[in-house]
Amino acid sequence: MIPKESAVLNKKYLTKEVQAMTLNTLFYIILFVVIVMIILPFLWMLSTSFKGTEAIRTIPIKWVPKDPTWDNYIKIFNLSSYSFWRAGFNSFYLAITCTAVSVMSASMAAYVFAKMEFKGRDKLFLVYLATMMIPVTVTMIPNYTILNHLNLLDTFTGLILMALNNTFGVFLMRQSMMGVHNAYLEGALMDGASMRQIFFRIMLPMTKPTLFTMILMNFMGSWNSYLQPLLVLSSNDKQTLQLVLATLNGQLKGKENITMAGAVISILPILVVYVSVQKYINQGLEIGGLKG
Amino acid sequence: MYVPNKKQKWVTICLFLLPSMIGLLIFCLLAMVASAGYSFLDYDILKPLTETKFIGLDNYKRLFQEGELLTTLWHNIQYLIMYIPLIMVTSFVMGLILNKSFKGYGIVRIIFYTPVITSWVAAAVVWKWILSGKFGFINQALAVIGIQAPTWLSDPSWAMVGIVLVAVWKDTGYYALFFLAALKGIDSTYYEAANIDGAKWYQRLFNITLPLISPTIFLLFVYNIIAGFQVFDSVQIMTGGGPVGSTSVMMERIYKYGFRSYQMGYAAAWSWVLFGLIFLATIVQFILQKRWVNYDT
Repeated sequence: MIPKESAVLNKKYLTKEVQAMTLNTLFYIILFVVIVMIILPFLWMLSTSFKGTEAIRTIPIKWVPKDPTWDNYIKIFNLSSYSFWRAGFNSFYLAITCTAVSVMSASMAAYVFAKMEFKGRDKLFLVYLATMMIPVTVTMIPNYTILNHLNLLDTFTGLILMALNNTFGVFLMRQSMMGVHNAYLEGALMDGASMRQIFFRIMLPMTKPTLFTMILMNFMGSWNSYLQPLLVLSSNDKQTLQLVLATLNGQLKGKENITMAGAVISILPILVVYVSVQKYINQGLEIGGLKG
Repeated sequence: MYVPNKKQKWVTICLFLLPSMIGLLIFCLLAMVASAGYSFLDYDILKPLTETKFIGLDNYKRLFQEGELLTTLWHNIQYLIMYIPLIMVTSFVMGLILNKSFKGYGIVRIIFYTPVITSWVAAAVVWKWILSGKFGFINQALAVIGIQAPTWLSDPSWAMVGIVLVAVWKDTGYYALFFLAALKGIDSTYYEAANIDGAKWYQRLFNITLPLISPTIFLLFVYNIIAGFQVFDSVQIMTGGGPVGSTSVMMERIYKYGFRSYQMGYAAAWSWVLFGLIFLATIVQFILQKRWVNYDT
């Protein structure tokens, strides 16, 4: 009796193990396929960016360029119509200033909504929340005419001013600031700290995770944004990387190797930023992302 | 909160609210009022203001009389019909993957997120090249296994499919994080109980996992429909609405009318119709959610 029973148990155990192994293998196959599908376009972009103009039209295709060349990277920085350096600088300048303005104005408003008490505060906050429902579609036309009336079309100031409107950021920072215990603030007030000092010395440091998430989100959004700069900026020396890349995409038909070099350059900075800060913000991205 | 001095308090409140209020008042509230006003005007930004005329509902009349609204709306719906089921499945699968622990988890997570941080311009430029008829690697790969692939973006019946595929590639890593958060929130005792009862994997999936993450599915559904109605960057850069208008979507029309032919009034009318459609679709979803979204945990 006993040996028989253990054999049955053993068999059961074995099938379970086999099942687990097949499931495991299946998991790694799926993982592998997903990774390949994500990475291949990037590899193809890299590979193309090192090829000559003939090499990109050879069949069968070659993943590793036969005579790799830096030519495309040199060419993209010496375009006749645009300066890629200038565009890169503009992108950085806009991303940094818009992020600073947006995050600061949102945190300041969030501080009021989270920690100050006054009549009508919650109603005002409801107005903020309600405006999150309004799609860009509705506001993009009037915003263009408003900037036109203010004489701010084709200026960076126009774009930076528009960054003041960050209701989603207010919402996020308020959530985070409400978690800061009042005792800290009261203690600081007793010691004679001003509201400004409390904001900079207590509120901002204590909401760092959300703050970092917002900074990264805004920086990424600004660096990658296309529609807003497309509408506002028009002169050649004010173009951002994304705008130049989109224009080249139309102009350089048949010279995809050069466009790919441009794409590589436009992706690299944001990739470096993301990889270097991602361990601080992964928690926040899923909460913070929705508006991105 | 305790504040010593009433005057100081009000000054602080006003100062701290001022920047964001400026943004909100000008670029959101004033903009909305202006946009509503424009939709009743014959307004060309290049002409002097004196030539701007009040034309009542003419913009809306024109909009509903010309068949363009229906065609572009149909293109948006085509996009949604393909995009939403695909993105739900791919991001759910990616969420499942990220919910496991395995060697190299950190690097895999970065890889999954890379398309998300890539700009739409770069993604579109690269994919345009990948999908280009003869020399793109997708068609080359398909040719190896004997499939004559379409020329994607330059083929009217395949261009939208191409755009959807690229959008799914780019967005999956983003929505996967929402599924991941939802999956992490499921109490493991449910699965233990199911295992004791001998439930098969599909029974676990359909009777435990999916009902318990249905609020997330609903959220992504609502969000994606709102975003899908406003799809622009991808279309503008990859096809510009072509070939022969087969990917011309509503946002693309608004952009063309507003900023290419400067018919601001007409474009504003379009944007309000689009807003109305989004609003309607969202309300319908909130009504329907009672039938399938489960908020008990």
